[in-house]
Amino acid sequence: MAKKVALMQGNEACAQGALYAGCNFFAGYPITPSTEVAEVLSIELPKIGGTFIQMEDEIGATAALIGAALTGAKALDSTSGPGMSLKQELLGYACIAEVPCVIVNVQRGGPSTGMPTGPSQSDMQQAMWGTHGDHAAIVLTPASCQEIYEETVRAFNLAEKYRMPVQIQLDEICAHMRERVVFAEPGELEVINREVPTATPEEYKPYDSSKGLVPPLASFGSGYRFHVTGLNKAADGFPTTKAELVDAEERRQIDKVLLNQDDIQKNDEYLLDDAEVVIFAYGSTSRSARYAVNELRKEGVKAGLFRPLTMWPFPEKRVAELAAQAKAIICPEMNLGQMVREVERVAKGNCAVSHIGRVDGEPINPGQIIDKVKEV
Amino acid sequence: MAYDYEKSLRPGKLPHIWCPGCGHGIVMKGLIRAMDTCELDLKQTAIVSGIGCASRLPGYIDSCTLHTAHGRAAAFATGVKMAKPEMTVLVVSGDGDCTAIGGNHFIHACRRNIDMTYLIMNNNIYGMTGGQFSPCTPTGALASTTVYGNPDPTFDIAKLAIGAGATFVARGTAFHAAQIDKLIAEGIKHKGMAVIEILDDCPTTYGRRNKFRSVIDMMKRLKDIAVPVAAAAKMTPEQLEGKVLTGVLHKEDRPEYTEQYAKVIQRAQGL
Repeated sequence: MAKKVALMQGNEACAQGALYAGCNFFAGYPITPSTEVAEVLSIELPKIGGTFIQMEDEIGATAALIGAALTGAKALDSTSGPGMSLKQELLGYACIAEVPCVIVNVQRGGPSTGMPTGPSQSDMQQAMWGTHGDHAAIVLTPASCQEIYEETVRAFNLAEKYRMPVQIQLDEICAHMRERVVFAEPGELEVINREVPTATPEEYKPYDSSKGLVPPLASFGSGYRFHVTGLNKAADGFPTTKAELVDAEERRQIDKVLLNQDDIQKNDEYLLDDAEVVIFAYGSTSRSARYAVNELRKEGVKAGLFRPLTMWPFPEKRVAELAAQAKAIICPEMNLGQMVREVERVAKGNCAVSHIGRVDGEPINPGQIIDKVKEV
Repeated sequence: MAYDYEKSLRPGKLPHIWCPGCGHGIVMKGLIRAMDTCELDLKQTAIVSGIGCASRLPGYIDSCTLHTAHGRAAAFATGVKMAKPEMTVLVVSGDGDCTAIGGNHFIHACRRNIDMTYLIMNNNIYGMTGGQFSPCTPTGALASTTVYGNPDPTFDIAKLAIGAGATFVARGTAFHAAQIDKLIAEGIKHKGMAVIEILDDCPTTYGRRNKFRSVIDMMKRLKDIAVPVAAAAKMTPEQLEGKVLTGVLHKEDRPEYTEQYAKVIQRAQGL
């Protein structure tokens, strides 16, 4: 039988990817340019007996997301810049309480209301540092509708595997462009489900790390009784201020990401083997960059594209290698210098690093990138 | 024989953090008795709280407990209830948690008439942060941020809940301990959003500043201001000046939210 194929927007592909991953709960609050994710799931979730709820605000949506996830649901929330800012406190809660959930942020232009229909990539640092306290983050940056579909599945997998919130960062162009999406057959893409405890309800401790960095999470209502809090906690989930316990738990929550980077990292590399100029680009900008690389190659310029699909944790190892290999790394992005900071930090002066920033609501075009490459 | 509270409490989690004279312990005992009366299965019961003194209550009860962020308890609880409607969901909150930062979530939970029991311990103050005024601090009262007297009008939680659409609203006090469990039990049995306000006392951060020389003075205040609904019906407006009605203040039948959503699922599935 032929595979199901459809022409759809990035936001719609995100919703379909979520359904493939087993998403059965959505809580959100409408905000442009993310609303199609909610609209599709409001139609599709009830069909499979899942739950869609439009909450009273963005904070309430993330709260409901976490509450649902604790009952065992695979839960998704979508929003855009200002909404993401509102969610930040509870993103921190999901980090410390180690609750698997996925949040999509379709970035829009400018601070505050800015340009609600304009594309932007200016929440890239917010994705890592937006919430409070020391924590790890997993942030994915797909660039096509097919990739959004598949990366949304991966986002759920990572959330469940590492028991933490995972963010998907889209830009308005990726969210609203229409492309052909080939739906995966059941079993074709890996779907990871939450590890459930083998301990008896009497023995169960929700943060017992004695058998690994990611303790199994029981579901409310499944026979296990346990306590969840946003306070620093001991292995049994109850608050503690004992220095050694707080320290160990804080470090474990970060280590579970940092020590598993090889599993979490995913990048796309194009013509990098002999590249003297590396273009570091993500989201819709990476599509202009690929075009630019092809044009430059025609002219004999050894250009290549590095496209991180996992933006956080930052692909330090590979970017450091590229900085040692290349003469220059160019970072085009629809902001005034967010990810280029990371590239510069990791390059440690081993190659020139330059930036192309655009914040006028227009995409970065291949010509701009080609000009910059020729300049350096 | 004395009531056995320990069967519902978590071993090793006491003593609680509340100050001597705080009414929260009285409310917790009432809640435990009410849960017992309703024969709740603690494994199928979620108790959700926000932040503040009152919000530490779930930690002591041996069920599925969720201590969340300031003001957000109703929204977390909505997620739990929507994802697992078969669970009994209880929320415990303080007056600041519920009516200030949590006001939006609270009124919308009332509007949806989602099946949860929302218990508010109203001690008229922010206790845990050291006695700042809350939306339920009486006008003119002293708090650490109203040393010249509170200029703010106060919220009437029950009226707020009724106006927002809660279908069961009751009020008791920490002085009238025997009544608390009956009101909570009735709220748990009610299908829909049940709001139970318990007028409480905070001797440490409210009483000291407001000339209540002892816990007994604070308890006397609760005794003096409370008027049962039936008695109030026979009283004049003058006699009711400064009094607060207690008992079941409002009860109505209206479709419950998770049941309404079950109908959405049926329609979507063409059943």
